[in-house]
Amino acid sequence: MSLISWGMYPKIKNQKFSLRDTTTLCNYIKESKEFIPFGNGRSYGDSAINENILYVKPYNNFLHFDESAGVLTCQAGVLLSEILDSFVPRGWFLKVTPGTKLITVGGAIASDVHGKNHHIEGCFSECVEEFTIMLEDGTIKSVKKGDELFLATCGGMGLTGVILEAKISLKKINSKFINQTTIKTKNLKETFEAFESNKNLPYSVAWIDCLAQGENIGKCLLMVGDFADDGNLEYKSKKKLSIPFNFPSFALNTLSVKAFNWLYYAKAPDGVSKQKVDIDTFFYPLDAIGNWNRIYGKNGFTQYQFILPKESSFEGLSEILREISTSGKGSFLAVLKLYGKANENYLSFPIEGYSLALDFKIEDGLFELLNKLDEIVVKYSGKIYLTKDVRVSKETFEQGYPQIDKFREFRKENNMDSKFNSLQSKRVEI
Amino acid sequence: MSYVLIIGAKSDIAKEVARTYAKNGYNLYLAARESSSLEDLKQDIEVRSGVHVELKEFDITAYETHESFYKELQEKPLGVIVVSGYMVEQKLAQKDFNESLQTINVNYTGAVSILNIVANDFESERRGFIVGVSSVAGDRGRKANYIYGSSKAAFTAYLGGLRNRLYESGVSVLTVKPGFVNTKMTENLDLPEKLTAEPEDVANDIYNAQQKGRNVLYTKSIWLLVMLIIKHIPEFMFKKMSI
Repeated sequence: MSLISWGMYPKIKNQKFSLRDTTTLCNYIKESKEFIPFGNGRSYGDSAINENILYVKPYNNFLHFDESAGVLTCQAGVLLSEILDSFVPRGWFLKVTPGTKLITVGGAIASDVHGKNHHIEGCFSECVEEFTIMLEDGTIKSVKKGDELFLATCGGMGLTGVILEAKISLKKINSKFINQTTIKTKNLKETFEAFESNKNLPYSVAWIDCLAQGENIGKCLLMVGDFADDGNLEYKSKKKLSIPFNFPSFALNTLSVKAFNWLYYAKAPDGVSKQKVDIDTFFYPLDAIGNWNRIYGKNGFTQYQFILPKESSFEGLSEILREISTSGKGSFLAVLKLYGKANENYLSFPIEGYSLALDFKIEDGLFELLNKLDEIVVKYSGKIYLTKDVRVSKETFEQGYPQIDKFREFRKENNMDSKFNSLQSKRVEI
Repeated sequence: MSYVLIIGAKSDIAKEVARTYAKNGYNLYLAARESSSLEDLKQDIEVRSGVHVELKEFDITAYETHESFYKELQEKPLGVIVVSGYMVEQKLAQKDFNESLQTINVNYTGAVSILNIVANDFESERRGFIVGVSSVAGDRGRKANYIYGSSKAAFTAYLGGLRNRLYESGVSVLTVKPGFVNTKMTENLDLPEKLTAEPEDVANDIYNAQQKGRNVLYTKSIWLLVMLIIKHIPEFMFKKMSI
C-alpha cells in the first residue's frame, strides 16, 4: 500500500515505516539513506512524498494539558480534529487552524500553516511554545522560540528532522458558534474594499468565482466573523458524507464548474447578510465530505496557491484572474485571503498581502497555464506555497523565498540534506 | 460513570477502542501483560477525555488467575471487550505446535476462560455487554492461515452461543469480524487499500454497533459481501483455489 498525497499526483511506490517510539525511530534514522516524514497526507503535492516515508500519524498521544495556561503537550501525529474533539467542549480552540482539521500537529508545524485569522494571529508557529525533534544522527533536541532550529523547522517542510512532541497554546472560547457576516461583491475592487473595511474582525476569507469575466472578475462571497458568546460548547464532529470512488475525469469541466459557482452564489443574498454558523461549517466546510479529492478523477489534481505583496496585489490578481478565465480551466471556488506581516521563519509562506488558492485537475495543458501564472507571480514579486505545490521550478520558487540560502546552508551544515528529502525538495533543490 | 474492561489493551485496535469509549464518557480498565507499558496510553486518555483509567496486569493464557482477576476489580464493569489476538505466520504454526497452541490459547481458550466468568456475573446482574473481536478469517478455513482462522472460528461460535444464552437476561453480545486493518500486525503486508480499515474507524464501528445492540459486525462492511461469496464457493472448487 503506497502512501499518496491529497492531490493523488504523483503516484510513486514507496516504503512506509510507522513511527511508534523513539528507539525504533533512532534505529530507522541511522539505517535509512533518506526519507521524508508523512502525517495525514493532506499536503496536496509532493512535499511529503519520496521512496521512503516515515508515517508519523500512529505517534499520537496527548501528554499533558496545563489548564491554567491553556497549553497542550502532545505527540506530532495528533490530528487537529482530535484536539478539537477534546477541547472545544472544555472551552478551548486552536489559535491558528487551516481549512482542514485533518492534519497532524507535526504537519502544521512543518508547513507553518495559516488560517482565516492570519492578519491578526499569524502562522501556526506563533502558538508553538516549544517542540522536540529527532535529528539526522538520532539525537533528540528541545527547541524554543527564537532558536535557529525553530526558524528552520517551522515551515521547513520536514526537511530538518522528525518533529516528535510539541507544546501548543490554545485560545479560550465561549461558544461553538461563529457570528458570520457574508458580503457579496460584484468585482475585485469591491472585494478588496470589503476585506480592508473588515480587517479588525479576527476571521475573514473570500470565495471567488474564477470563471467570471470582464467587469465581474473578482466577484466573491466574503465571510467575516468572530466567535459568539452564548456558552454553548456541545461540539461533536458531524458524521460525514464520503465520495466513494474517483469521479470520471469528464465530470469536472468548465460547464459543471460554472453551474456549481452559479448555484453557490445564487444561494447567498445580495449585499450584506448575517448568519450564526458552527465551527465545522465556518472553518472546515470541505471536511464534511470525506475524500472530496476524488471528484477530480483518478489522475488527481493540484492546488495552485500564491501570495502577492499588498502593493501589487490588485493589479497582479486582476491579471491572473483574467488569464484563468480566458483559459477556461476553472476550479470550483477559489479562495482569496488577506494576510498580515510575515514572520522570520526561513521558509514560511505568508507575507503581508493577498493570496489566492485554486484547484485544478491534472490534465493536458495545465502545467503550461500554471507556468504562465508563475511568470505573473514573479513579475509582481509574489511566491508559491510549497504545501500545495507539485510542479514549481527552482527559479520561480527561489525568487519568492529570500532566506532560501540560509535554509540550504543550515541543512548542509547539519547534514540534514543527506537524510531528509522529498520529491519536492529535490526538484527545487532545498 | 461505568467502567469498560478491555482485555488485550496493547493492540492498535484496542488503543482506539479505549479512546472511543473514553470519549463517550466511560471509565476504563485496560488489561494486558506488562500493563505498565500502557502508561502512555493511560495518560493520553486522561488528558484527552478526563475519564478514569486503571491499568490491570492480565495474562489471557494464565487461566487460573482469571477468577481472582475479575473478583478484585473494585467496581464491576458494565461492559467487557476482548481484543486479544495472536497471529503467527501459517507456515511457522504448521511446523511448530507450540505456535499453534499459543494461537488457540490466546484466541480461543483464554477468551473462553475470562468470558465464562464475566458472563456468569452479567447474567446474574441482568445487565452488561460483551464484545468479542474475532476475524473474517474464522468464516472459512483457507490454506494461507487456517490455524489462526480455526481459532477465530471457534471464538465466533462461542460468542454466537453466548449471545443465544444471554439474550433472556438482557445482556448483549457483539461479534466483531474485522477484515484487514492497518496496524502494527499488518505493517509489512501489501494490503488492498479499498479493503483495509483504519483502527479508529474499526473502533467507531464497534462502539456504534455495541450501543445499538447489534449481533455481528463486519468492518469494513464490504467484508460481509466478500465473505458471503467466499463462504459459498463449493468445496470441490475451493480446494483447488489459492485465496
